[in-house]
Amino acid sequence: MALLEVKNLHASVGGKEILKGIDLVIEPGEVHAIMGPNGSGKSTLSYVLAGRDGYEVTEGSVQYDGQDLLALAPDERAGAGLFLGFQYPVEIPGVTTMNFLKTALNAVRQYREEKPLDAMQFLKYVRERAAMLNVTDDMLRRALNVGFSGGEKKRNEILQMAVLEPTLAVLDETDSGLDIDALKVVAEGVNAMRTPERSMLIITHYQRLLDYIQPDHVHVLANGRILRSGGKELALELEEKGYGAITGAEAA
Amino acid sequence: MAATTETVEQVQTLANDGYKHGFVTDIEMETAPKGLSEDTVRFISAKKNEPEWLLEWRLTAYRHWLTMPEPQWAKVKFDPIDYQDSYYYAAPKSDDDRPKSLDEIDPKLLETYKKLGIPLLEQELLAGVAVDAVFDSVSVATTYKKKLEEVGVIFCPISEAIQTHPELVRQYMGSIVPYGDNKHAALNSAVFTDGSFVYIPKGVRCPMELSTYFRINAENTGQFERTLIIADEGSYVSYLEGCTAPQRDEHQLHAAVVELITMDDAEIKYSTVQNWYPGDEEGRGGIYNFVTKRGLCRGRNSKIAWTQVETGSAITWKYPSCVLEGDGSIGEFYSVAITNNMQQADTGTKMIHIGKNTRSTIVSKGISAGRADQTYRGLVKILASAEGAQNHTQCDSLLIGDQCGAHTVPYIECANPTASVAHEATTAKISDEQLFYCLQRGLSEEEAVSLIVNGFCKEVMKTLPMEFAVEAQKLIGISLEGSVG
Repeated sequence: MALLEVKNLHASVGGKEILKGIDLVIEPGEVHAIMGPNGSGKSTLSYVLAGRDGYEVTEGSVQYDGQDLLALAPDERAGAGLFLGFQYPVEIPGVTTMNFLKTALNAVRQYREEKPLDAMQFLKYVRERAAMLNVTDDMLRRALNVGFSGGEKKRNEILQMAVLEPTLAVLDETDSGLDIDALKVVAEGVNAMRTPERSMLIITHYQRLLDYIQPDHVHVLANGRILRSGGKELALELEEKGYGAITGAEAA
Repeated sequence: MAATTETVEQVQTLANDGYKHGFVTDIEMETAPKGLSEDTVRFISAKKNEPEWLLEWRLTAYRHWLTMPEPQWAKVKFDPIDYQDSYYYAAPKSDDDRPKSLDEIDPKLLETYKKLGIPLLEQELLAGVAVDAVFDSVSVATTYKKKLEEVGVIFCPISEAIQTHPELVRQYMGSIVPYGDNKHAALNSAVFTDGSFVYIPKGVRCPMELSTYFRINAENTGQFERTLIIADEGSYVSYLEGCTAPQRDEHQLHAAVVELITMDDAEIKYSTVQNWYPGDEEGRGGIYNFVTKRGLCRGRNSKIAWTQVETGSAITWKYPSCVLEGDGSIGEFYSVAITNNMQQADTGTKMIHIGKNTRSTIVSKGISAGRADQTYRGLVKILASAEGAQNHTQCDSLLIGDQCGAHTVPYIECANPTASVAHEATTAKISDEQLFYCLQRGLSEEEAVSLIVNGFCKEVMKTLPMEFAVEAQKLIGISLEGSVG
């Protein structure tokens, strides 16, 4: 059974239709990449999946792990194993990264009917994962994303993914604003998370990230629709010819 | 039958009986009849077996109270208080036969304490906290007294101190907050029923946090607590005051007075968690909390620090202040005030710099939700004598929703050109992005709000003693339940 099955999904923001009929099937363990020009609806798709207020589904359905995803509240979706890596991670002053991670993990563990981790257990758990992503104790002690560099913010997103161990990770432009070294660290973190059960949906503007994270499937999103799907060679074709070659062909 | 039930029934009986003359001599009565008069004042004083000077002081305060107008400058709205519609004295059990130890205390009363979560028997032992519990108006138990006595610390109900240490009480009571200070302070001076008294001798560091839990229980009984803390040269004490009250419908007046005084090199840290019934969502019921708190740093290099977490009450009117008289003395004020639904709070501080090189710090965090309205009102006054005085003030407001209000009213008066005064203020809202980010990580809306607000208050929360901080963090979450979504 597919982990995620999106059928004819239409969604509007402020009365304006952004998604105009998306079909997408993700099997367990698969990595899908969604590429597309600015304004094509990539971020909207990620927000609709995560259940953000103001993103209204007008038509279609989303089945996730055997249940109607759209019927769940955002925190329930997180509890069910859906993770969204934000393009612009949010700052929360006064709340240490460590405290945030612990609160989030214990909230998600509650959904999974697992016991909360105490402070010592959690410290061990988070340090194992932080080391892999070059996240220092100092970063964990700082307020969440406050004063973090672009690279630190993105590494922090991947750390959150590693801590929460989602079933489906949607990574929205995780590569934006990263230099090549930071990109490698992030990609290694993502690759280390790949398992036969865990699926990922990687949203990106550029092919660059896909040099480091090999997708099983690539989709081109433009004007609220998936125009083409293919293997990883599609990403290279896009890199070479540009989005115009595909979106233009559609228009003509 | 529980003592509370008995008290309530007695109160109701008296209410039906109406006013009876001549009751003042009848000190067998457990409750003063409704209303305020010289007779009420005499009744309370007689009940407490007070010396003549104190009765005279109360009566002078009462007569002064009659002439004083209600303070009008706070940004709060409420109907005029009918002072004749309240009771001013209620005892849960006979005062003549005061218990000598916890064993003598009505087990049902102890049970009520437990239900209210007062750590009288277990938690004080675990936490090493001495508790002077105030039930209605009479202090019924003081623990850890011996341990404190060994180092010479006096920690007892103020009514007891009046009997056992009249010279200290007479010297200092009313010296920091005079009865004529404001109408609420005058009322308290006339009818205060009990409270705490603390004296820390020279050079003594109090071996434990001193804690008093105030509760209001009897129906329609105003509470008038009075606390006096004296820290002699080179001493230190940390004092905790925590308040909760069960749900009720009637407005209740609470007008407390707290006086602190530090001699040379002494320090008092005074922490409050205030969680009285705030009224329902439409603003019905709830406590009127009109409190006068002031500390005098009389000695050189002495220090007074106020920390308050104010989440309860329908109306809060409260300005814990420091008078920095001794050269090099330090005043601090850390405040978190949360107003939700229809709550109103006008709170802040006054820092009066008199001595040379005196320093003060003010950190105020106001959180407003629902249709609540909140004002920070602060005065920093630097007298001509306060050479080299310094103040830093930071006032931050956080709004939840779009129907609440937050106001900042800082007054600065500086009469010495060498002084430095800095004021920063910010106002922010909990953003949709922050909320969604937390939800996406699995937090419920309430958990998310609690986390964000606790982060916002962190600078203040970290000044609270550890065991209080945990309770206060939970309280912040509880106070804001239902404020989003």
